[in-house]
Amino acid sequence: MKKDLLGISDLSRDEIYLILDTAEAMREIGQRPIKKVPTLRGKTVVNLFYEPSTRTRTSFEIAEKRLSADTLNIAVAASSVLKGETLVDTALNIEAMAPDMIVMRHASSGACHLLAGVCKSRIINAGDGMHEHPTQALLDAFTIREHKKRIEGLKVTIVGDLLHSRVLRSNVLLLTKLGAEVWLSGPPTLIPAGIERFGVHVSTSIEEAVAGADVIMMLRIQQERMQGAFVPSLREYFHVFGMTAQRVRGARPDVIIMHPGPMNRGVEIASEVADGPYSVILEQVANGVAVRMAVLYLLAGGQEGD
Amino acid sequence: MPIVMDADRIARSLARIAHEIVERNRGIAALALVGIRTRGVPIARRIAHAIRDINGHDIPTGSLDITLYRDDLMRHPVGPQPVVRRTEIPFSIDDKRILLVDDVLYTGRTIRAALDALIDFGRPKSIQLIVLVDRGHRELPIKADYVGKNLPTSLSQSVQVRLTDVDGVDEVEIQDP
Repeated sequence: MKKDLLGISDLSRDEIYLILDTAEAMREIGQRPIKKVPTLRGKTVVNLFYEPSTRTRTSFEIAEKRLSADTLNIAVAASSVLKGETLVDTALNIEAMAPDMIVMRHASSGACHLLAGVCKSRIINAGDGMHEHPTQALLDAFTIREHKKRIEGLKVTIVGDLLHSRVLRSNVLLLTKLGAEVWLSGPPTLIPAGIERFGVHVSTSIEEAVAGADVIMMLRIQQERMQGAFVPSLREYFHVFGMTAQRVRGARPDVIIMHPGPMNRGVEIASEVADGPYSVILEQVANGVAVRMAVLYLLAGGQEGD
Repeated sequence: MPIVMDADRIARSLARIAHEIVERNRGIAALALVGIRTRGVPIARRIAHAIRDINGHDIPTGSLDITLYRDDLMRHPVGPQPVVRRTEIPFSIDDKRILLVDDVLYTGRTIRAALDALIDFGRPKSIQLIVLVDRGHRELPIKADYVGKNLPTSLSQSVQVRLTDVDGVDEVEIQDP
């Protein structure tokens, strides 16, 4: 492994499989009466979140605690950032207290790369702007592999706000690396130009994209990142691109439905689908802890070239 | 390099250990086998089989990966982390008499890690240690209860246990540097 986990683009196929296999072993720890191993004893992990997060921050913190690391959460709303401190100054000040790893989420794409260049601590990207969210893609792959026993050759359809989604970018990179057939669908205003160059199929017809799919992944309509009129109305969006039980019928009978959360019920996904028999949405959340434990463990070792 | 145990010798040692277990534990009530990955696992399975041949009883058998409990982990973080494999103990170890199984007993550090790992699963009534080979040079106060073969070695030598399940052949070899 390299020093940091900044994105799926830095990972090889073998490294992805190593993380997924390690996560298999980590998952068992969460089923024990004492859900803790001494592995990262004496290591300090700082969770530095510049954007709100429930799932990812909780998941990282539980993963860190199950590995016995000392964890520290910095909520930006209560920090000196509001007094005008720059990201690099904040990071260097945290670094002066010698943490071993920094888990960071930031609204700007590339913020983690910036930090990785100035910090000796290992940086884990927990989502940077519209760029990448590598641990989400890894836990999605883990969940898919658990259900389908493979990733290669599967038809994976991703529907929703493709433009603003870092989850999409990380998933496209990972799934194409592992040989899945990736289909994307959404309104033309929310499809990034040139996305086909990543080796994916794009269709504005959700029916075509979903036909025969093994996996359907729904993305959230990110109203907080939308500066402009990308969709006429949320009701119309649901009418054309919302995942309903009717649309799921076009997929394979053993399809699984995924969503990285938080869900907008009645916008990108109907409640009957989110809570239905094909949904693995809560399994994704559970698997997130095991995958993040694997990442923390693997990054705590030596680096390439040591 | 000398082969110090062949397939026949290994089989007879494990059969003898199975008899010793039955004798010392007055039957097999509340016994459970836990093999340490990698080669302790097939040895545990073979002992379970041997005990079934003796008295027809099945003993629950699990496997334990001690990587996350190693005392040398993170001390000199050079190179990649050791691969973590799955721990599978599909029964409660509370009040069980645990038979911990490994291939080679050397410094005792693996067993120390295994004891810590086991305690995280519950509170067994007792833990006994079974090893196929005891090569000496202990660094911790740990002693095996059942030994397939005591093998005097020098620190510079290494002992290779090979088992058909993992390596395609049953043998124990001493390798000189």
